[in-house]
Amino acid sequence: MSYTIDGWELVIGLEVHAQVTSQAKLFSGAATAFGAAPNSQVSFVDAGMPGMLPVINGECVAQAVRTGLGLNAEIHLWSRFDRKNYFYADLPQGYQISQFAHPIVGKGEVEITLADGTTKTVGITRLHLEQDAGKSLHDQHATKSFIDLNRSGVALMEIVSEPDMRSPEEAGAYLTKLRQIMRYLGTCDGNMDEGSLRADVNVSVRKPGEGFRTRCEVKNVNSIRFVMQAVEAEARRQIEVWESGGTVDQETRLFDTGRGVTRSMRSKEDAHDYRYFPDPDLPPLVFTKDFVDGLKAALPELPDARRARYVAMGLSPYDAHVLTLEKDTAVFFEEVAGGRDAKLAANWVTGDYFAALNRLKRDVSDSPVSARHLGRLLDLIADGTISGKIAKDVFEIMLEADEDPASIVESRGLKQVKDTGAIEAAADAVLAANADKVAEFRSGKDKLFGFFVGQVMKAMQGKGNPALVNEVLKAKLQG
Amino acid sequence: MLTELTIVGALKALESGETNAVELAEAHLRAIEALNPRLNAYVTLHAERTLDAARESDARKERGALEGIPLGLKDLFCTEGVRTTAGSKILGDFVPPYESTVTAKLKAAGAVSLGKLNLDEFAMGSTNSSSAHGPTINPWSPGNRKLVPGGSSGASAAAVAARLAPGTMATDTGGSIRQPAAFCGVAGIKPTYGRVSRWGIIAYASSLDQAGPMARTVEDCAILLREMAGHDAKDSTSADVPVPDFAAACGRSVKGMRIGVPAEYRLEGLSPEIARVWDQGLEWLKEAGAQIVPISLPHTKHALATYYIVAPAEASSNLARYDGVRYGLRVAGQGDGLNDLYERSRAAGFGAEVRRRILIGTYVLSAGYYEAYYLKAQKLRALIRRDFEQAWESCDAILTPATPTAAFALDDQPSDPVTMYLNDVFTVTANLAGIPGISVPAGLSAEGLPLGLQILGRPFEEETLFAAGAALERAANFSAKPGMVA
Repeated sequence: MSYTIDGWELVIGLEVHAQVTSQAKLFSGAATAFGAAPNSQVSFVDAGMPGMLPVINGECVAQAVRTGLGLNAEIHLWSRFDRKNYFYADLPQGYQISQFAHPIVGKGEVEITLADGTTKTVGITRLHLEQDAGKSLHDQHATKSFIDLNRSGVALMEIVSEPDMRSPEEAGAYLTKLRQIMRYLGTCDGNMDEGSLRADVNVSVRKPGEGFRTRCEVKNVNSIRFVMQAVEAEARRQIEVWESGGTVDQETRLFDTGRGVTRSMRSKEDAHDYRYFPDPDLPPLVFTKDFVDGLKAALPELPDARRARYVAMGLSPYDAHVLTLEKDTAVFFEEVAGGRDAKLAANWVTGDYFAALNRLKRDVSDSPVSARHLGRLLDLIADGTISGKIAKDVFEIMLEADEDPASIVESRGLKQVKDTGAIEAAADAVLAANADKVAEFRSGKDKLFGFFVGQVMKAMQGKGNPALVNEVLKAKLQG
Repeated sequence: MLTELTIVGALKALESGETNAVELAEAHLRAIEALNPRLNAYVTLHAERTLDAARESDARKERGALEGIPLGLKDLFCTEGVRTTAGSKILGDFVPPYESTVTAKLKAAGAVSLGKLNLDEFAMGSTNSSSAHGPTINPWSPGNRKLVPGGSSGASAAAVAARLAPGTMATDTGGSIRQPAAFCGVAGIKPTYGRVSRWGIIAYASSLDQAGPMARTVEDCAILLREMAGHDAKDSTSADVPVPDFAAACGRSVKGMRIGVPAEYRLEGLSPEIARVWDQGLEWLKEAGAQIVPISLPHTKHALATYYIVAPAEASSNLARYDGVRYGLRVAGQGDGLNDLYERSRAAGFGAEVRRRILIGTYVLSAGYYEAYYLKAQKLRALIRRDFEQAWESCDAILTPATPTAAFALDDQPSDPVTMYLNDVFTVTANLAGIPGISVPAGLSAEGLPLGLQILGRPFEEETLFAAGAALERAANFSAKPGMVA
C-alpha cells in the first residue's frame, strides 16, 4: 500500500549540495579544512579581488566524475561553467560560478532500500559542479554582520533527483544512499553537521493518478531526519491549503526545526533573476573518455556490490545491509572476518561490538577495539581455547584497553580446561554435595542435567570445556 | 634628448654606457613634471620608487631584455603596493597586494615603472574623458583647443606621443589601444586573444579584453610584446603557444603577402581624408611587393551592435564585485541595510558611462531578453569570426583605417552615446573574432592631426602584422611631433 496522507500522494525531489572532498577549492588553491579560523583560508580569487581569475581544480573534476560513475550516470565529456549573478555580502564576486546549461554529469539512478526490505529506483537528473558562497554571521554584533569567506569558492556537487520519491521515508533513504555512495567513493565526507551535505527539498501533493501540482522548495535542510520531517510538514501544509479551497503558490520556504513547520522565505515574484551566462573566464571543461575510463577502473567497490558479496559469503541480507551502510564498518567487518567464519564474525560485529559502540557512544572510526584483536578473539573461540561465554567476558576487558585477547586469556587464566581429570574432580565434588538431586535425576528428572553442568562450570570459573563437562557428567550420572 | 629615444635606441644607449637607467628615468620624470599638468596622463607617480628601480637596474649584472627601460602603465594593471584605480571612484585608494602577470614580467625583464596612466573609467570609452581623474588631453591639441586622445587607453597613447614614456602598457577591449594610437600618432598592437595573460588586469569584458603595448615605433611594440606575452597558468584563457621573436619579423619583406581590403569597411560618409590615407597605405604595401585583394566581411554591419551587447553583459557581471563590502569605496548611512550599502556605494562610485553599460548588460542578460540579445549577439559573433576565417583563405592580412575620423575636440564629443560608439566601428571586429590588430601612424590630416591605419591578421600571426606594419611605417616615414614637444 503506497504512502498517502488523507488520500493525498506526495511527490518529492531533492537537490543535494555535497561538498567535494579535496585539498583545495574549485577555482583557487586555498585550503578547505573545516573549522579553521574565520577568513584564514581565503585566496585573492575567493575574495573577489580586482583582476583575479578562476582556474579549475582538476581533482574536483575527477571527484565529480567518480560520483557520477557511482550514480550510474552519463558523464559529459564537454561541460561548461556559467555565472549565476546575484548580490550578497558573502558572495564576493557578485556571482557564483556554476554549471547551469551544461552539467558535467547527466542522467543516472540509485537504488534505495526501505525498512520493509523493498527496493526502489530513484532517477538522478544531473550533477553539476559549483562554488560555495561564504558565510554571513548575523549574531556576532548588535548592528553589524560578520562575513567568513573560508567556504567561499569551496567545490560543491549539486545532485538533482527526479521527482521520484513518494514518502518521507523514501526521501530519507535516498539521501542516506547518496551519502553512503559518496563516502564509499571518498568524494564527499557527508558530514551534515559540518555543512558538507545539505538538501533543498521539493514537495508537492496530488490525488493519485493526477499530474503534478505546484511544488514548493524547502531550502537548506541539514539532516536526514529534518528532511523527512520537512517533507511531511510541507506536505501537510499544502494538503490543508488545497482542502480549504486555496491554491499552493510556488515559493521558496524554510523549515523551522524547532516548531516542525515550514515558513515562506520568498515568493515566485521575488525570485532572483540570476542572469546566467557562460563564464568568459573559463573555457569549456573538456576531457577524454580515457580519463573517465581511468577513473572508472580505479573506483572502489560500491555499497550495492559489497552487500551482494556479503550475502554470497553467507550473511543474511539484513546483516549485509547493516554492515555496508558505512564504509568504515564494512572495512572493519572484513578485517574481522578475514580467513574466519563470516557468519560468526557478522554476529559478533552486529551484536556485541555494535552494542558496545552504542553504550560507549563511539563509532567504528574511533573504535575501542581493533578489528585485528576482535578477529583473534574469534580465533580463540574457534580453536576451543575459550568458550563463547568466556569470550564475552574477554571482549569486555578488551573494551577497556584493546589488549590482545590471547594475553588477556593467558594472564587471567581464562583458558578452557580440557583436562578430564580436573573436570572429573569437579564433577565428583558437585555430585557428592548434591546427592539428593542426583537421586532425583536418576529417578527420571532429566531436566536437572543442566543444573549439574552449571554447578561444574561455576566450580571451574566457567573455564571448563562445555563438551567435556557434558560428557563427564553424562558418564557419571548414568554410571 | 633622452626622452626622444625609442626603446631600441634606449637599449643601445644603455648597452654602450652612453646613459643609464637613472638618467633615463630622471629625464622622463622631468618631462612628466613639465607636461603632465596640461595632459593629465599620469594619475599616480612615485618618483622615489621609480628611481629606486632604476638604480637597481643599473646595478644588475644579469641584464634583462628591457633592462633600464622606463614604461608607463595603464591604471588597469594591478601593481603591488601602488594605488590602482581603473579610473574609477569605486576603487577608492585601493592598493593591490599583488602584481599583474604582465607588469611582473616587464619588471623581471628589467623595465622601470614611471607611474600609472589615466584611462576611461573601467576602460569604457573612446575619449579618456569618463575617468574619475578627469580627461587626458591629446598632446596634438592645437592652441587652446583641447582634443581627446581617444580611449580607453588615451593616456597610454598621449604619454608616448608627448615623450613622457618611450612605451606604455595598455588594454584593448573594442579598440582601446588602436584608436588612441591613431589619434595620438603612435603605434599600438592588440595581440591575439590569449596571447597575453589577463591575470591582475582589472576586467571590463573578459572575452574581449587583451593587453598590448604602445610605442613610437612598430619594432618597439614588437620588443615589448615579446616580454608581455606567454602562457600563464593563472589565466585559463591564456594560450599555451610559443612566443616568437616579434622584432625579427619587423624586418621581414612583405613581398607576395596578400593584403585584403574589405568592401564593407568603406563606410558611407567615410571622411575623404581617411579614405585617402587608406588608399595611400594600400599603394605603399603594393610598392613593397604585396598583392592587394578585395575581400568581403559581410557581417561587419552587425559588429558594433554585437559588441555593445557582449561587452556590457560581461561588464555587468565583472563589476558586481565592487560592492563596498571588502575594499574600495564604501558609502553607508546610519541604519542602512545591505542593499542600501550597495546602492549608495555603487551610485557614488561609478560614473555615468559605467552605469549605462552595467544597466545595458543587466538588461540583455535578463530573463525574457537573454535570447533576443545576448544569445543573438553570440551567434553574430560566431558569424563575424567566420567572416574572417573565410577571408584568410584569400588573404594574409587586412588593411583598414583605424578610426573613422581624426581626434576630435573634448567639447565636440557627441552627446549621443550611440554616435560615440561609432568610433569603434573599425576596431571591434578584431576583439569579437579574437584576432590581432595593429595601428600604425600613416599621415596627417589637413588640420595636422595624425591618422592611423590598422592591419588585422590571423590568430597568433602577429609576426605578419609586424612585418606589414613596419613596411607601412617605413613608407609613411611618419616623423611629425605634437606641437607641445616639437
